Amino acid sequence: MTPDLVLTIFIAGIAAGTTLVFAAVGEIITERSGVLNLGVEGMMLVGAVTGFLVNNQIGQPWIGAIAGVLAGAAMGLVHAVFVVGFKTNQVVTGLALVIFGNGLSGYLGTSVVGEPPPATFDPIALPLLSSIPVLGRILFNQDALVYAGYILVAGAWWFVFRTRPGLNLRSVGESPETADAVGISVVKTRYLAVMCGGGFAGLGGAYLSLAQAPSWVPNLTAGRGWIAIALVIFATWNPLRAALGGYLFGCVEALSFRLQAVGVDIPVFFVSMLPYLFTIAVLVVISRGNLTRRLAAPAALGNSFAREER
Amino acid sequence: MSRASAPIRPRLVKRLVPSRSMRIGVRAGAVVCAFILAAIFLLLTGRSVGTIFGAMWDGSFGSPYGQAQTILAAIPLIFTGLAVAIAFRMRLWNIGAEGQFYLGAFGATAVAYAIPTAPAFILLPLMILGGMVGGGAWAFVPGILRARLGVNEIVPSLLLNYVGILLVDYMVHGPWSDPQSFGFPLGKPFSDSATLPTLGDTAVHAGAIVAILAALAISLVLSRTVWGYRVRVIGENARAANYAGFSIARNVVAIMLLSGALAGVGGMVEVSGVVHKIQANISPGFGYTGIIVATLARFSPLAVVPIALLFGALIVAGNELQTVGLPSDIVLMLQAVILLFALAGELFVQYRVQWRPGSSSSAAPAIPSEPERQAAASASPSIEAG
Repeated sequence: MTPDLVLTIFIAGIAAGTTLVFAAVGEIITERSGVLNLGVEGMMLVGAVTGFLVNNQIGQPWIGAIAGVLAGAAMGLVHAVFVVGFKTNQVVTGLALVIFGNGLSGYLGTSVVGEPPPATFDPIALPLLSSIPVLGRILFNQDALVYAGYILVAGAWWFVFRTRPGLNLRSVGESPETADAVGISVVKTRYLAVMCGGGFAGLGGAYLSLAQAPSWVPNLTAGRGWIAIALVIFATWNPLRAALGGYLFGCVEALSFRLQAVGVDIPVFFVSMLPYLFTIAVLVVISRGNLTRRLAAPAALGNSFAREER
Repeated sequence: MSRASAPIRPRLVKRLVPSRSMRIGVRAGAVVCAFILAAIFLLLTGRSVGTIFGAMWDGSFGSPYGQAQTILAAIPLIFTGLAVAIAFRMRLWNIGAEGQFYLGAFGATAVAYAIPTAPAFILLPLMILGGMVGGGAWAFVPGILRARLGVNEIVPSLLLNYVGILLVDYMVHGPWSDPQSFGFPLGKPFSDSATLPTLGDTAVHAGAIVAILAALAISLVLSRTVWGYRVRVIGENARAANYAGFSIARNVVAIMLLSGALAGVGGMVEVSGVVHKIQANISPGFGYTGIIVATLARFSPLAVVPIALLFGALIVAGNELQTVGLPSDIVLMLQAVILLFALAGELFVQYRVQWRPGSSSSAAPAIPSEPERQAAASASPSIEAG
């Protein structure tokens, strides 16, 4: 393995990780409110196809990315209406949204499969920062959405742990009854958190179809939404750790697709299995510290809230 | 609770006992509403609703050919639906039935290619066994992780779907690829003795009987055996089961093995009864639709059968859509919407809407009784995270 190849893997890894970081940070915000959203995969798909279609029409990747956010947030709204409004089971509702998102994105994208987009996000070298040896090329010679990802991670961490609304969010996820008793609207908080998570998932999808691999094929995300959900557990619901994990997973993905370049001759099908197997392996390893992880999980995660039932 | 001057507004009151008639009504209503939504969607995109729904009906229930196709699509759904249902009886979410289905096909194919000349009465049971081993092995992984390490089974079982599909992809592109398939990812055709017989002169294969027997057997095991009783106790109250001395870890693994084996037999009957060889894309999402089937059946093995027929018809109707120039993705959306409506309708099964202000004679007690809580808990179970 040449130093150049290692560098290439890290550069591609940061890009591949950005998709996961967006989705995982969004899911952290959702789960911090006590709502489990297993529909991330479906929301990413809808975000990806919407972003791609809008960009195809007007040639503005930024507008495409924003459209992806809105589409993801709309899917989040649907999840919230069901699990918060109708108090439906959060696991099944999320799965239904994965299936729905799969179908909707496939339907919407029928006409653009394999078409090249008119414009994409291209790398921008940040002045000064990009001239740092090695790190500059890995971290600061990326496209604008990667930088947006850095800001988002820091912002999400600051929001969740250092602001009043973030405290309210966490209290709703830990004990909705208590939060309700002190006058925090559980319903409103959960609606906003789920929509916010959906929006980030949509952005993650749009990043995939507009920057990381600018194209659309059905089922483009290929399980990345589920990897993002696993990352949330790995990150103990902390955005900073989610970033660390996301970029690490991105590097694994980037490495596995370059294995043949480093002389490992295994069929592409086995190479493609690596990110999934790696995710399962990580879940196994982190389960050793099971107690801390269980304590880190929002206590009310997965439970619906009805004010008059106790 | 409020004064007489309070404005009249709807209020949800918990039912003492979930309404049975409402439950059936909600499911039927969910299907009707989903089709109305689909009709609006088609109208908005400028399609002829009559033509499209007509084609869907003719292709599924409306013609003898369609009926056979519907049953053929329902067979794998019965197996994946049973797989999800039995796992959920212990509050386990096996959302890996898709991968277990592929591995079942893998196991059955390995047997079929190893001893192609064996007589059918030996080969077919061995292929079923191969399917059970393949599917069971795939479900064993999330099962043992859950039992020994406390890893939630949802994400591992789902991720293994991708791995299983890739494994079959590899086999049909490589070791099992048919030299006469001109590069298409197909395996060699099965020998006659590796092919399930059809029932009479219909297109329906004997897997239909296996599927119905499986549903009956699972139902009996759950309701009539000691083991089935333990499984239900663990599912409804793990703490009580623990005090009673039932090994939760061992039963988690056992139930996941059984669940995976069921999905695996689904894969076996599909390759042996329908495709007659191994190939890529043997499933249009049978494992995922199985989750919907099991949920709508309220995880009852016997109710899985009729609901699998309905969703089999939907899948077949989806193929029909392609003949009128629409992507079959619409059927995926339709499936999800039916499930979502049925889930939302569950609110009206558990609660009733009270329009009058103030306290009426039928006001619900403030504190639900214990059986009521359990009924509510079993209707909307929560999962542990992590």
